[in-house]
Amino acid sequence: MADYSSLDIRQRSASTGTPPDIRRQQEVAKLIDVSKCIGCKACQSACEEWNDLRDDVGINVGVYDNPHDLTAKSWTLMRFTEYENAETNNLEWLIRKDGCMHCTDPGCLKACPSPGAIVQYSNGIVDFVEDHCIGCGYCVKGCPFNIPRISKTDNKAYKCTLCSDRVAVGQAPACAKACPTGSIMFGTKEAMIEQANDRVVDLKSRGFDKAGLYDPAGVGGTHVMYVLHHADKPQLYAGLPNDPKISPLVAFWKGGAKVMGLATMGFAALAGFFHYVTAGPNEVEAEEEEEAIDMKARGARRSADEIRPS
Amino acid sequence: MNVQVSRRGLLKGIGVGLAGGSLGALGFGALEPAMAASVRPFKLAQMKETRNTCPYCSVACGIILYSLGDRSKNAKSSVMHVEGDPDHPVNRGTLCPKGSSLLDFIKSETRTKYPMHRTAGSSEFKRVSWDFALDRIATLLKEDRDKNFIAKNGDLTVNRWTTVGFLGASATSNETAWVTYKVIRSMGALTFDNQARV
Repeated sequence: MADYSSLDIRQRSASTGTPPDIRRQQEVAKLIDVSKCIGCKACQSACEEWNDLRDDVGINVGVYDNPHDLTAKSWTLMRFTEYENAETNNLEWLIRKDGCMHCTDPGCLKACPSPGAIVQYSNGIVDFVEDHCIGCGYCVKGCPFNIPRISKTDNKAYKCTLCSDRVAVGQAPACAKACPTGSIMFGTKEAMIEQANDRVVDLKSRGFDKAGLYDPAGVGGTHVMYVLHHADKPQLYAGLPNDPKISPLVAFWKGGAKVMGLATMGFAALAGFFHYVTAGPNEVEAEEEEEAIDMKARGARRSADEIRPS
Repeated sequence: MNVQVSRRGLLKGIGVGLAGGSLGALGFGALEPAMAASVRPFKLAQMKETRNTCPYCSVACGIILYSLGDRSKNAKSSVMHVEGDPDHPVNRGTLCPKGSSLLDFIKSETRTKYPMHRTAGSSEFKRVSWDFALDRIATLLKEDRDKNFIAKNGDLTVNRWTTVGFLGASATSNETAWVTYKVIRSMGALTFDNQARV
């Protein structure tokens, strides 16, 4: 693979080696201001265009979500929710752009068994390297946001790259550039938090007193953040998890169980070696060999008798 | 060719394979691929950039067409990517979903690339020359105007021509829009959208 990357690797799936670790790149983030989104899907078009993807033409099932779910070729998706706010008696149309959150503590990377198939760059982007992907689907289970999708074409996992190819050369992701209302913004994580805080103050002054920034601590913070009018109820926005966490099964399987398994394996190898040195291989002795030949001869005679009924 | 492997030999082989495969997991890194960078190369690095205007609506967003080749003699250009023009005052780089998917509009098989003519009663369009198309349009306009032009409403001079409409394109500048207006209005046409909402 061509190596034009200016992004340093911070973490790498299923790898024991540590990447070079003295440089620090500025962390980047995408801020999705749900309150400014009009659901036009320019982000979806721009995403498919930039990433040279064309998803199949779908079927209308009566909602605006198109396609109905993320796919291996649709890495981002507007999810529409109609919410009747009991307090204000208003019908609110909540539109959330779904896609990879680029967690600081990525569950997909933790769960991935294939060395180097999932990497995290030091600017915070979590990227799938399909060359190394074995299509096992562990990343789907490991993701607290249910984002990765396995392609039916090549059996490899795909998801939003935060346009790592654009960010590497200093450009904003395609969706953020296209967004006509400025609902999607891109910059350093610091700048995005500052921007979000301004928006939260503004929203609060407009009566959304529970407005806030969604940057969940359960996954160490994310590099795609939301400004929500109802930050106390993220679940409203098409099931955005209130408190996303990596499944404890992943931690057990890739933490405790893996260490135990490797230790057992190492112990078995060592025990085998010492047994070989002290006891030696199990040799077949001459009389045992004769006995075996005898048994075989007897067996042959017996079967011959069976064929000839008396 | 038949290779005879004894049961013991087979077990030995499997054992060696398993041990080798496990070395990587046990932290002997040599069996893992080296740390490799994995960012997709930036695809626009040396593409030709051409400024243009989005053809859809009257907002007239600025776009940049990225095309293959550097316009050297033997390289045939082709649009590979379309993106908003960050220096354009109208959209400052942003685009709507239609603008964002302009590449497919350009590459569409059904896009009209030259004047097409369907004669009365025919079921299909045929390619015609610009001269033919413009002459045909002029003839039809003249015929219609001669037939339906209303010069007077009672004693009042109105000079109106209400049986023809005209749609301008979204990419018109102030100057072309001014000229279009003058031409159409001077003929008396009333139905006229200088920047059609298509």
